[in-house]
Amino acid sequence: MAHGPAKGIGRWLFTTNHKDIGTMYLWFSFSMFFLGGFFAMVIRAELFAPGMQLVDPNFFNQMTTMHGLVMVFGAIMPAFVGLANWMIPLQIGAPDMALPRMNNLSFWILPCAFIVLASTLFMEGGAPNFGWTFYAPLSTTYAPASVNYFIFALHIMGASSIMGSINIIATILNMRAPGMTLMKMPMFAWTWLITAFLLVAVMPVLAGAVTMILMDINFGTSFFDAAGGGDPVLFQHVFWFFGHPEVYIIILPAFGVISAIIPTFSRKPLFGYSSMVYATAAIAFLSFIVWAHHMFTVGMPIAGELYFMYATMLIAVPTGVKVFNWVTTMFRGSISLETPMLFAIAFVILFTIGGFTGVMLALAPADIQYHDTYFVVAHFHYVMVAGAVFSGTGAVYYWLPKWCGRMYNEALGKVQFWLAFIGFNIAFFPQHFLGLAGMPRRYADYSLQFADWNMVSSVGAFMYGAAQVLLLYNVLSTVIAGKKVTEPKTWEGAEGLEWTVPTPAPYHTFTTPPEVK
Amino acid sequence: MLANAKQFIMRVLTPFLLFPLAAAAQAQQSGTWREVLNMTPGVTEVSRQIYDLHMIILWICVAIGTAVFAVMFYSVIVHRKSRGYKAANFHESTTVEIIWTVVPALILVIIAIPATKTLVNLYDTSDAELDVKVTGYQWRWQYEYLGEGVQFMSDLSSSNDQIYNREEKGEFYLAEVTEPLVIPVDTKVRFLITANDVIHSWWMTDFGVKKDAIPGYINETWARVDKTGVYRGYCAELCGQGHAFMPVVVHVVEKDEFAQWLDDKKAEAETLRELASQQFSLEELMERGEGVHNRTCSACHQTSGEGIAGVFPPIKGSALALGPVEDHMNIVVNGSPGTAMQAFGGQLSEVDIAAVLTYQRNAWGNDTGDVVQPVDVLMFKQGQ
Ligand code: HEC
Ligand SMILES: [Cu+2]
Repeated sequence: MAHGPAKGIGRWLFTTNHKDIGTMYLWFSFSMFFLGGFFAMVIRAELFAPGMQLVDPNFFNQMTTMHGLVMVFGAIMPAFVGLANWMIPLQIGAPDMALPRMNNLSFWILPCAFIVLASTLFMEGGAPNFGWTFYAPLSTTYAPASVNYFIFALHIMGASSIMGSINIIATILNMRAPGMTLMKMPMFAWTWLITAFLLVAVMPVLAGAVTMILMDINFGTSFFDAAGGGDPVLFQHVFWFFGHPEVYIIILPAFGVISAIIPTFSRKPLFGYSSMVYATAAIAFLSFIVWAHHMFTVGMPIAGELYFMYATMLIAVPTGVKVFNWVTTMFRGSISLETPMLFAIAFVILFTIGGFTGVMLALAPADIQYHDTYFVVAHFHYVMVAGAVFSGTGAVYYWLPKWCGRMYNEALGKVQFWLAFIGFNIAFFPQHFLGLAGMPRRYADYSLQFADWNMVSSVGAFMYGAAQVLLLYNVLSTVIAGKKVTEPKTWEGAEGLEWTVPTPAPYHTFTTPPEVK
Repeated sequence: MLANAKQFIMRVLTPFLLFPLAAAAQAQQSGTWREVLNMTPGVTEVSRQIYDLHMIILWICVAIGTAVFAVMFYSVIVHRKSRGYKAANFHESTTVEIIWTVVPALILVIIAIPATKTLVNLYDTSDAELDVKVTGYQWRWQYEYLGEGVQFMSDLSSSNDQIYNREEKGEFYLAEVTEPLVIPVDTKVRFLITANDVIHSWWMTDFGVKKDAIPGYINETWARVDKTGVYRGYCAELCGQGHAFMPVVVHVVEKDEFAQWLDDKKAEAETLRELASQQFSLEELMERGEGVHNRTCSACHQTSGEGIAGVFPPIKGSALALGPVEDHMNIVVNGSPGTAMQAFGGQLSEVDIAAVLTYQRNAWGNDTGDVVQPVDVLMFKQGQ
């Protein structure tokens, strides 16, 4: 029968418990978030004023590259895998994940991958400096020697993601409680099911891309080397065939979180549940057929250019459906603004702004001007940071009481929210202006007309960084000394199986499956 | 790198507090921030079409956004639990779902029309009156007037002292070059864009032209500028550490002025070819060579000739620069395949190659006493 966790470090090293593994994923992601955030602070400090002050341009490029890699693969993706580990079994009434040993493995190889990646910073020749998109031949012929470590690290991360996704698919398809049909599942489980399929489909493509790079560098092939009969543009096609679905991999689980928080604090069921499910599936499908909108300036034939423009514009439709449904869920609800709800509302606003700039970028001729400028940087930070990070933060506040049986400090949560929200907008809204006025991205230094908005942006970024320190403090003080809570249902309006188990959630839950009517 | 990281941390802490003051002073003096808000219409038909498209889609987004956020804020303010508002329980409506699927789709179709038109225009490179080949190098642009025998390199002209804050920055800091591209007004110019090493992207904001420069590819694009003036743009694709330091500057001049300029350039090229047959003294070559080295080689090998450990080898004390002249000449003319060391044989004139070789063999205590003459370089090239 049920027994408690093992003692000491062994509990964490050998655990197969979905809650323990979820916790480890979340803490790992949190620490990577701070590492990636530190890199971002270096970038914004260097860009505070024109001229080179703190770092040399090569180190600057290492910072932008590492910032992107660490945030995407180290902070955001593991954060959502952590949430999935914790919440999916609880939401579908399963006792644990379907493949608990693999679960342990898929977590523990992640820190190894990031130790390898971070160690490149101290290598001769420096860390990868070719951008997180690692376009050949900058990442092959012209790369620092550490590129081989980067490839190895990426392979491990890919393996971890694939294992995590298989586990989630197996859990959702096989372990739902009796009566929990697919169309009764919470949106978070739905979005993760679809995300997991995306991951299984595209992670091998990424692995293929890095393997070809590895071969070009070390074994004399010329997949991407024009001089040897290869094609540098091929790399971009392969990369974005992975890279575009990747951005939906990041955002879809965030949609799931928001679809849980908004109904709870509106005290009203999610509007248009089934159309939300279909919209998610539609977005996932479209994400496979639009990749070359990242490449409107590579000189594609006009037919290709037109196709990718039209297909990309289509994505706006299901995405719009999602936003309209959230807003309608709030409409005539009975709304209260606890911290998770603040983050969810901010998510809707900021994600919608990012979506709008996305439609603008979809227009190929306009993209000729926007491409590779700060306009793009602003766009993807609005969808990634406001999308993934705001929803992730909201999720932490939302489920933290369930996880640890303690309530966070609401006042501090609100202060943290406003600091993050205002800081974020000061940091990234002006970047739209910079891009439109002609400042390219990944610039270590810039002309004088860009000086003012860059300074504003840096100030905002420091504010946003400070907000995260506050978040860390709030989480730590809650876990250690927060006010104890015991009622199963933390939030008045919350629905779902996770709110039927005791608070804090015991080590083993649903050892006998619940009945779902 | 460890040393680098330490040094970096030291540098973060000290000047950090002093920055705001210095930077604020500098920002004041630039005084252009009001212009930095929106895209500008530019000076070609295409760029104006793009600008119009940008404004249309921007206003559509603003309108939709205002409507959506208005409903949301209305709910947040009015439908509040704290005001005792009781939640309704509706949660489905197929009609509504269909409406908000179809309406946005229709709006998109409407925008797709001008977008398609603009794209077709942008792709029409036929009937060009002048062909210019643009080649991206780490980290400079080369311009070649096809069929005219005129070509030159366009390097950043903002000094290192400005970049490293030892000297006040000029008005066109990082947007000025040693020699700009010159094209005639009201003329359809076709740009054939390629690269020699990594991918770059040639971006002339005011022309509505941005095209990747890719090794092994020749991309085409075009512009017909209808206003004379000096236009400034940048390299838009990450191309290594000098990415921010290879701007694009174009002078658009009257047609007759352009014809005159082109004739002058041809004559200049002729003189350069003649110079190649002359003999120079060590001093002359050293002086010229220093210029070439600092302009063309120092981005990697540094002005001190010491290189960057682990990335770019030093020339100071290098066995190659102290050994036989042929080997040294070979790597400069032909490059070292598969590394960042490019073939400079086609980029630099014989005089410049001779000068930079002489300089590298005698500067920084290399003191070989060797004098390399342009004829030597010519013979070497022909002997291949
Ligand atoms: C983009 C960076 C870059 C630029 C610009 C550059 N080099 Fe190099 N250079 C290199 C690299 C990398 C190597 C090492 C090549 C190898 O490993 O075979 C090198 C090697 C050399 C060597 C051989 C050094 C040795 O001891 O092995 C010489 C000589 C040299 N370069 C001269 C020049 C001259 C002259 C110029 C300017 C006209 C120049 N380089 C510009 C990157 C550069
Ligand atoms: Cu470039």
